[in-house]
Order: sequence, then structure tokens, then C-alpha cells
Amino acid sequence: MSLWTTIKRIARYGLVGFVRNGFVSLSAVLMMTIMSFMLVNIMISNAAMTSTLQDLTNKVDVTVYFRTNASQEQIEQIEQSLRALPEVSSISYVSREQALADFRARHENDQLTLQALDELGTNPLGASLEIRAKQTSQYESIAKYLQAQQDSQSGAGAAIDKVNFYQNKTAIDRLTKIIDTSEKNGIAKTVFLALCALLIVLNTIRLAIYTARDEIGVMNLVGASRWYVRGPFMVAGVLYGLVSSILVLILLYPILLYRPVLIGLDPTTELLFGSFNSFEYYTAHFLLFFVVLTGTGIALGALSSYLAVRRYLNS
Amino acid sequence: MIFFDKVTKIYFDGTSPAVADITLGVEPGEFVSIVGHSGAGKTTLLKMLFAEVIPTEGAVFFGSREVGKLSNDELLKLRRNIGTIFQDYRLLSTKNVYENIAFALEVAGRSDEDIAGDVPHVLELVGLSDKIWSFPHELSGGEQQRVAIARAIVNQPDVLIADEPTGNLDPINTHDIVGILRKINDLGTTILLTTHNKSVVDSIGKRVVTMDQGRIVRDDKEGKYSL
Repeated sequence: MSLWTTIKRIARYGLVGFVRNGFVSLSAVLMMTIMSFMLVNIMISNAAMTSTLQDLTNKVDVTVYFRTNASQEQIEQIEQSLRALPEVSSISYVSREQALADFRARHENDQLTLQALDELGTNPLGASLEIRAKQTSQYESIAKYLQAQQDSQSGAGAAIDKVNFYQNKTAIDRLTKIIDTSEKNGIAKTVFLALCALLIVLNTIRLAIYTARDEIGVMNLVGASRWYVRGPFMVAGVLYGLVSSILVLILLYPILLYRPVLIGLDPTTELLFGSFNSFEYYTAHFLLFFVVLTGTGIALGALSSYLAVRRYLNS
Repeated sequence: MIFFDKVTKIYFDGTSPAVADITLGVEPGEFVSIVGHSGAGKTTLLKMLFAEVIPTEGAVFFGSREVGKLSNDELLKLRRNIGTIFQDYRLLSTKNVYENIAFALEVAGRSDEDIAGDVPHVLELVGLSDKIWSFPHELSGGEQQRVAIARAIVNQPDVLIADEPTGNLDPINTHDIVGILRKINDLGTTILLTTHNKSVVDSIGKRVVTMDQGRIVRDDKEGKYSL
């Protein structure tokens, strides 16, 4: 018998078995659908977390304000020394004129303040440097460095008016802690949920095949080879995975658009996360979702069936 | 053709052997009825022939080959060459009659054309041509047993093992099944039948082996049921 004939027969029996054992197939598909949604939840939550952290991290900085009489050389000297620090990722310079223009723009509806400014005659604002660190935990050391410069009051340090880090210190510290914990929790949650889903799916398929254990015995008795017995069950397992993942890929469109809470994505978190939109993320990364969901579905279905049939094949 | 050479089987949980030191030979084309009370060791003896039970001592030969020493592949070939039917039919419940019989042909590596030709033919032999697309749960006990017989003989095996095939059937169906078995035997297939139905054994009128507590107590060439 040609291999092709065997494969054709195995595929046909797998498909026929999937359809005829409708109720068993339905429950296996539903279980795998739930598992897939958990997977989606994890993927989107992680993406939202990463994107939010990115946003927040970008908003955090340390600003050094210079005295109004600071010379250009002194500012440049500080800037050079900061660039030499390994923690610093970028520095942007705001000149006195720029600071004044920004101030005016910010208070354009506040006539009183603008009048006071005009009466002053001179520009009361100093130049500043906005410094970004590579990681939020590194701001502390940058701020300490600047503080030391200011305290020494020698050379360029004398030109520093104030370092605003200590005003933001609590907020930055807390953010660092939140980011750290949520990353750790995210990994723990991912591992735990994935493990649960795996066990549930494995067990569902094992139960489905348990109902067919007598048939497996009969097939052994008639002289069917192991692969001929196992094959159709694995085909059915692959179908469970395929059908459920396609179902999930389709359902995700309306769910993410209207009711992300249905798959455990809380809209308030989404608000908190600001710019992140799960529907946009899904449509932009559809291929990723397609590959991950169908891939895990097919692999899990086939593997579970393989393991479940193995128990009854040892005649 | 079949030879049990001093076979003994002791199951893990039992202290007394299910089969004790049995030596028995069967020639090609014979129809052997094995009778005895429940627990006499009839089924254990038959199962040793296709290696579903491995003897604790002794050896079973099929032709010139020792069953216990066959490789996995050879064992599959042997099983395809032994038809088996049981009291509880053991059909594949999710497959219809055609597919149940076709399955035995498929595992033997037959082509789809052969299968399409052979299945109706064998169903005609057992008188079930009109039920070819039915599922097992749509059939009566007698009909299911006929499907099981059709599946067992469709590969034209050298030996047909029938383990209490009429145990669940009424007298009329029993009579029909025995008739089919005799017809198959007339076509040259060796048959090993276990039963405790007296009328079945008496109506066949061929060799009768009587077992009691794992031992053969009688072996008559043209015997009757006597316990």
C-alpha cells in the first residue's frame, strides 16, 4: 500500500471522526478556544504594558536649570560631562529664549502673568538641559552626579540653579517599582496561565480519546499499525486546534472593537495605558496572532492526541 | 497448523493458573469447539494465539513460527491472518458497516477498488447486504455479530477465532450464526469456537475439546457437549 493511500485514509478518518463525534469535538474546540483567548490576553497585555512603559519612560527626565547668568561655556561643559556618563541616553538643550517662548505659549490665556513678565523687562528664565536615562532606575545616579557638581560650586557647577529630580523623586521611584513588579508579575502570570491552559486542553483531549479506548483495542486486534490507529486521532486533534484558532481570530475583531473586557482586557486599564489601542495592535500584528494561535493550536492538538492514544496502544 | 506446547498462564492476581500445562494441536480446516464452564480458561487459551495474552510457560506455534517470538510487524501480519469474533461484537461504533469491514482490508494494505468489490461480497455471505450503510447502534445483536464475522473473514484468514459468538443471541440468531460459521469452515477456514451452549456444540458435530479449571479433560473427534 502506498504511503499516499495511507495518508489519505488517515486524513479521511480523522475528518470523519471529527464530524461524527460532534459533541466531543465541540467541547474540545471550546476548550482550545478558551485557551487561545487566554493566549491573546497575555499577548495583548504584554504589548500594552511594554508600550505604556515606553511612553512613561519617555516622559520621565531629569532637568538641570541654569542660572540666568550662566555662560554658554559652562552649560556646554556640563553637557559634555553628562554625555560621558554611560547611563545617559539623550540630552536636549533648551535655551533661555526658547524657555521664554515656551513660557509665553503655555500662559497665552493668562494676561496677568504675561503683563508681569513684560514689566520685568528682562528674561527671568535660565537655560536648561533635559536628560533622558536608558532605564528609569538610572535617574538617581545621574541626579546625584549633578547634585555633586552643584554642591562643589566650582567651575561649571556654579552655574547650576537647580536639579528638578528630587522634586520628582517619589514619582520616579514609584514608577520604577511599578514597572519592575509588573514585568515580574507579567512573566509569572504568563507562565501560570499557559500551564493551566495546557493541562486543560490535554485533559479534554484525553477524555475525548478515553471514550474511544475500546475502539483502539479493536483496531489493534484487527492488525492495524500504530500509526494507522494514532493518525486519525492526531488529525482530529489538529482540527480542534485549527478550528478553534480560526474561530478566535475572527471573534477578536468585534470583541476588541467593542468589548475587550470579554477576554479579560479591562477598558479602564486601557485608559490608564493611554495611547495603546488593542484593536489597532491586533490588526497591525494580525500575522503574528495568526501564526502564534494556529501554531500552538495545531501543535497542542496533535501532541495531546499523540500522548492520549499512546496509553491505549500498548497492547 | 496451530500447536500449544505445554502452555501455562498465571495472572498476577491469581494463585491458581488460568491455563495449566495444555498441549493441543489443530490441523488446517478443522472446526474445533472448546467447551467448559466460565473461568475454565477457554478465552485465555484463544488469546494466546494472537498474543493478546503471553503464556507464563510453554510456547504457541502458528505454522512453524512461535507466536511469542514475533516482531511487532510480524505480529500485526499474524493478526491480519487470524479473524476474531467476540460475544460483545467489538465493532467500531463511529464507523458504518461498510467502513467497519473496509477497515480490516485497509490495514491489510488493500486498494480502494479491491475494498469496494470485497465488502458487498462478504456482506452477501453473511446475509446483510441491505444494511451496508447502517451504524452498529442501528443493528440488532444478531446483525452486529454478522458484521463482526464479515470483518473477521474478509481478509480470508487461515483461522477464525470465535469466542462465545452466540452468548448474547436468541436461539434463531444463534442458529443462523452457527450456520454461517459452518459455511466458512466448508470454504476451508480453520475455526476455533468457544461456547457453553450445548445445542450449538451438538448441532456442529465436530471435534470437541472440554476444559475444566485450566486443563483439558476431554478431546473427542466427533463429540457432544458433556460437562
